[in-house]
Amino acid sequence: MIPLYWFLVLSAFLFSLGLFAVITRRNTIAILMGIELMLNAANINLLSFWRYLHAPRGDMDGLIFALIVFVVAAAEVAVGLGLIVSAYRRRRTVVANELDLLKG
Amino acid sequence: MFNIHPLIWLIPLPPLLGFLLIVLFTRRSHRASHSVALAGAGLSFVGSMVVFIKAVTAGGVADSSFAASINWLPTGASWLRIGVLVDPLTAVMLFFVAWTVLMIFIYSIGYHNFGQPIGKQDRPGLPPQGAEITEAGKIHRVPSVEPMYARFFALLSLFAFAMYLLVVSDNLLTLYIGWEIMGFCSYFLIGFWYGKESARKAGIKAFITTRIGDVFMLLGMVALYSVTGTLNFHEIFSNPETMTLLTSTLSPVLGLNWAGLIGLLLFCGTIGKSAQFPLHVWLPDAMEGPTPVSAMIHAATMVSAGVYLSARMFPLMSAGWHHGAPLTVPMMAMALIGGFTALFTSTIALAQNDIKRVLAYSTISQLGYMIAALGIGAFTAAVFHLVTHAFFKALLFLGSGSVIHGMEHGALHTGRHIDAQDMRHMGGLRKKMPVTFWTFLAGGLALSGFPLITAGFWSKDEILSGAFGGGHLALFIVLAVTALLTAFYTARQITLVFLSKPRSDAAAYAHETKPVMTVPLVVLALFAVTFGWVGIPHAFPGLGAISPAWFQSFVGSMLSPGSVSEVHSNIPLVVSILVSLGGLLLGWLVYRGYESALEPDPLQKRFGGVFRLLEHKYWIDELYQKVVINPLLWLADRVIYQFIDLRLIDGFLHGLAAAGVWLGNLLRSKFDLPVVNGAGDNLAGGTRGLGAFLRRLQTGRVQQYLAIAVACTAVAALIILSYLAKAQAGSG
Repeated sequence: MIPLYWFLVLSAFLFSLGLFAVITRRNTIAILMGIELMLNAANINLLSFWRYLHAPRGDMDGLIFALIVFVVAAAEVAVGLGLIVSAYRRRRTVVANELDLLKG
Repeated sequence: MFNIHPLIWLIPLPPLLGFLLIVLFTRRSHRASHSVALAGAGLSFVGSMVVFIKAVTAGGVADSSFAASINWLPTGASWLRIGVLVDPLTAVMLFFVAWTVLMIFIYSIGYHNFGQPIGKQDRPGLPPQGAEITEAGKIHRVPSVEPMYARFFALLSLFAFAMYLLVVSDNLLTLYIGWEIMGFCSYFLIGFWYGKESARKAGIKAFITTRIGDVFMLLGMVALYSVTGTLNFHEIFSNPETMTLLTSTLSPVLGLNWAGLIGLLLFCGTIGKSAQFPLHVWLPDAMEGPTPVSAMIHAATMVSAGVYLSARMFPLMSAGWHHGAPLTVPMMAMALIGGFTALFTSTIALAQNDIKRVLAYSTISQLGYMIAALGIGAFTAAVFHLVTHAFFKALLFLGSGSVIHGMEHGALHTGRHIDAQDMRHMGGLRKKMPVTFWTFLAGGLALSGFPLITAGFWSKDEILSGAFGGGHLALFIVLAVTALLTAFYTARQITLVFLSKPRSDAAAYAHETKPVMTVPLVVLALFAVTFGWVGIPHAFPGLGAISPAWFQSFVGSMLSPGSVSEVHSNIPLVVSILVSLGGLLLGWLVYRGYESALEPDPLQKRFGGVFRLLEHKYWIDELYQKVVINPLLWLADRVIYQFIDLRLIDGFLHGLAAAGVWLGNLLRSKFDLPVVNGAGDNLAGGTRGLGAFLRRLQTGRVQQYLAIAVACTAVAALIILSYLAKAQAGSG
């Protein structure tokens, strides 16, 4: 059986990839994609811990968690894209650095 | 039979209500204002007459008075009670007050030119100057309406309220309240035309002079209350224990007993109010007011209140006295001051040229008559003269007002300015103003005591016979001489005003006043003649047998039997007739040949120096100015104002203020600026600097925030993990 930490390494890699995208990309749609990657990394984590630690006991909690995360991710994409479209209509830009009205 | 007491309570109130209504609601409308005033006076009149009739008919007040009272002020354990009292004295007072007040209210409507146009130059505070109207292309000058018409009726109503209150009071306190309200109204009405400086000064003079008397009167009331514990007339007079206490206990002043001291103090109130020497100076100046005011306040009612007070307190003044015994101290004072004032002021009246001033001095003189009569114990005679005098003096004043009005009309017609009150400019008005002439004649004859037909004769004769019968020969002579002088100056006045030929254009064009003024004259003239007939004494030859002598028995019922004089003699009667007729004849003879206003007075030709003395009223006013007023003004200005007020009090206050300013500056420079302001400024500055520093963190770039958050989380995670690892290593 594949050891647990392989999955964890994959998940960490994916998470870092997403985080990097979120922090460095100028385009807000790309940032949104990075967030999706991070969510999926988290899902892999959840499912692998479930498979290795809880499934032998017959629990279903990890699956439910993953399902909730999917729903949240879908909602987040819907809201996020809506926000981006709205911001684009007003400001004619989707560059994150230019959306700085909250500057002190 | 209905209960009379509520009605007595209600008598004073309608004029008060009228006053409030006029002041608050109707003062813009002349008609409404005088209607309200007349309605108030009329209601009081009706009430007074009902009470009077009830009082004089069988079962009236001759046996027992109408009295009612209520608790008013709590004074510790007991109550100060106020109430109403109608006894024979009150009844006759109510009678003449009601009649004269009503007549004067009606007369005032005409006197203030109701219904006439408004004059262009008329200003509030000055007498109306007349208005011009164009009629059929011609310009007429006619009298104009008084600018402060409503105010006059309001004050007159308030005055009427106070007078009724004073008359129906059963105690000294409410009497005093009415007394002071009258003083206030008198002040306001004398100074009614406040645009004239003389009127302003006269008002102040009247107020302050009477106030001197009032202060003593108040002291007397306080003394009375502290000795007896009550101010109710009946409780004092009808309680033998109280009277004994008052007469037998010595007061701390001058060895007088309490009755004597209190009597003297209360008599001081009379001196002020009834303008007796030495406080008589205000009354002649009070003639600055409109003539109805002179008639009402300064002849018929308010000055009578002074005599009324003395009559009311007569049992106290005469406590311990019975007929034939030596006079008590207050009675002695009354006899002396009354007699002196009567003679003294009647001499002044001889040399006055102002028609109203003659009457003013004659009023003082007649009041002195009454006081002197009270002083020798001739109580009924004094009250009798009080009533008849009120009628004929109100009549004379209103008549003089009518004359002045006629003269002013003449002056407006001719367009020439003359003093419309100076008798030297008059003359010949008999034909121009017949109603005024005949009524004035009736009043004048009553004043001079024309035998048999006039009221003045009967009351004056009573006083003279009282003085003679009581054995006060000196006073009898003084009063007889006064009567002679009175007849003389009355004849002088009538001759100068009404007889011979006009001495000015104004007099030539004068004409009779309107019925609203002459009707009250006629009514008062009827009383001036007939009222004497209710008091013809039994002892009078011939007529006495058929006379009921109602007045004597009615008012006399108030006195204890021992104090009524029983001596009768025909000498005072003869003297009284002689002086009256002689004085009148002499006056007519001396003045009938007076032809021109430029001529000196016939008396002046004969007795130049004495005439000058009389004309200047013995220089009493000047004396008071030098001896009393100037030193007081000096004291007020130099000592009180310049030294005490400016130096001491202001100096102290200024010093206090300067110390305050110094302390304030000190605190400001040493504490407020460095400590309070410094702390506040630094707090604010620090906050601002911190904010400016922190705002640099707020870039508005989400990715930067996120990077920082990630970094911080990573650091935190490292720290936590290293601790966990250390803990695991420790435990493992």
